[in-house]
Amino acid sequence: MPAMNMIQAVNSAMDIMLARDNDIVIFGEDVGYFGGVFRATEGLQKKYGLDRTFDTPIAEAGILGVAVGMGAYGLRPVVEIQFADYIYPALDQLVSEAARLRYRSAGEFTSPLTVRVPCGGGIFGGQTHSQSPESLFTHVCGLKTVIPSNPYDAKGLLISAIEDDDPVIFFEPKRLYNGPFDGHHDRPSGIWANHPLGEVPADYYKIPLGKANIVREGKDVTILSYGTMVHVAQCATEETGIDAEVIDLRTLLPLDIDTIVESVKKTGRCVIVHEATRTSGFGAELSALVQENCFYHLEAPIERVTGWDTPYPYSLEWHYFPGPDRVGAALKRVMEG
Amino acid sequence: MATTARRSKKAAEPASDPKQLLSFYHDMLLIRRFEEKAGQLYGMGLINGFCHLYIGQEAVVVGMQSAISNERDSVITSYRDHGHMLACGMDPKGVMAELTGRMGGYSKGKGGSMHMFSLEKKFYGGHGIVGAQVPLGTGLGFAHKYNEDGGVALVYLGDGAVNQGQVAESLNMAALWKLPVVYIIENNKYAMGTSVERATAGVELSHRGVPYGIPGEAVDGMDVLAVRDAGLRAVERARKGDGPTILDVKTYRYRGHSMSDPAKYRTKEEVAKMREQHDPIDHLRAILIDGKHATEEDLKVVDAKVKEVVVAAADFAQASPEPDASELYTDILIGG
Repeated sequence: MPAMNMIQAVNSAMDIMLARDNDIVIFGEDVGYFGGVFRATEGLQKKYGLDRTFDTPIAEAGILGVAVGMGAYGLRPVVEIQFADYIYPALDQLVSEAARLRYRSAGEFTSPLTVRVPCGGGIFGGQTHSQSPESLFTHVCGLKTVIPSNPYDAKGLLISAIEDDDPVIFFEPKRLYNGPFDGHHDRPSGIWANHPLGEVPADYYKIPLGKANIVREGKDVTILSYGTMVHVAQCATEETGIDAEVIDLRTLLPLDIDTIVESVKKTGRCVIVHEATRTSGFGAELSALVQENCFYHLEAPIERVTGWDTPYPYSLEWHYFPGPDRVGAALKRVMEG
Repeated sequence: MATTARRSKKAAEPASDPKQLLSFYHDMLLIRRFEEKAGQLYGMGLINGFCHLYIGQEAVVVGMQSAISNERDSVITSYRDHGHMLACGMDPKGVMAELTGRMGGYSKGKGGSMHMFSLEKKFYGGHGIVGAQVPLGTGLGFAHKYNEDGGVALVYLGDGAVNQGQVAESLNMAALWKLPVVYIIENNKYAMGTSVERATAGVELSHRGVPYGIPGEAVDGMDVLAVRDAGLRAVERARKGDGPTILDVKTYRYRGHSMSDPAKYRTKEEVAKMREQHDPIDHLRAILIDGKHATEEDLKVVDAKVKEVVVAAADFAQASPEPDASELYTDILIGG
């Protein structure tokens, strides 16, 4: 199997889907001629032509609104919003239109669109190029929310998202584009070519939405995580020597509650790790669900390790980022509990 | 560039005040040397993340700033903002220290290149989201009018921002309420990697105000005197209570969009041609020397002074300490 980084895996998924389905069109800021600011759409315009992969003005509300209209008429748009931090002007179209069209037309209309959104920090982007706003979207019924943590999953999940008849927000943690990142920013970063999940089939395959992945089996504590933090959680597990079961949720909605519950009932402890700010973050929802489903199996309070409730700072980036030390400390606390 | 003809016409009638011409030269050179130094510090790993250099566009802010009053008028822009801050008179030390993420920076290092402010200099940022500063600037205009303080808001935006919905919304409100605003489109031809033609229907951006009755003017942004003249006309309109104006200022950035730009969307020849034939600082230098407004010696004195200021800024930006971790939680809510 070829080695791919996460950008190449995402590119491969779109390449395959453009070839398979004429209804698929790809557009966004800089995605056509330029090939995308992160190069995710490189070569696609050349290969499939201007009417299949094209540039838009800088106008996120318009981009998403047009995509909803296209989808209602049977096309299958795949849109890139260049940074998650740029998506807010499009919230009206996503919340009031894309997410609600099916319900208010009693199933007659759908919004089969995929919104690719590079997210997260670790690149000194400051407050307008680093955010993880996934919980804004999980709060909206009618949307699906996906966050892969590696190239293999990214390709399989993106193909599933594109084929899905509901609107899918597909977050891509940009710190992972070129290699896995365990949170040790002062050490050389890894590359995907040296990672088992950097081996990606060249052909079509799918990973179903709503299916979590147990990336490390363990018996002491369950770690629930997604995106970049999956690697940080694994690192903290190794560094503390605590036998944690690390679950990569892969999709937040639909959520694989069965895998979560089974694991927490086995371990009796739970640590939730995400990069986004803490209050009303997706960790709060996970914590509530674990409590509701596993209360009598819990041997310690559930812990959340998250970004602080602050804007993403420029110079204090690594104080903000919930690295392996913070995750490790939480693991030790729940084990003492 | 389509504005070449217009430019040579303007250049034939330079302002007569040699002192002012020399101060333009100083201000433009300061911005250029500052940005070159920032590029060096970035290369050394002292500045991280996003850093959008203003090199090539210096005539725009220097010309516009000379058309307003520092005490009365306000300025707001997007993320290619270092030049605006220097033109507003903000301390180069504080700007550079923000780029290096230090406590001595204008936002204590927490904002970075795109997010700096100075109430004292009436500079309202420094905004990282394309187009988002335009409604804010319109609000500044409203406040000037409401307070009857005679002030005008200069609202800078890029050629890519003109297609944002909130820009259209702002233009309508500014015209409807006759706000004292000048919208300055810094048209450097490329919204990151996408040229104006690829993303914009109706490339005459000065016409954007037509449906709202806002007058517009195309300006040669490589000629500081042409920018100044257009700025004076627009500011006068605003001050008189006649409402907003749009200036489509044709300029060019020599460097990439940011520091990580492969620049595959334009040719090396195009960049070289602009640098060699249309450089705004060379242009002004020629006016100064040919018009006998200054001698080579005078300019050397300016060069030396600018160099000293930039070196001091770079030194300060490296000596200033990083913010303490406790700063993470400051300035989120008042008293909270």
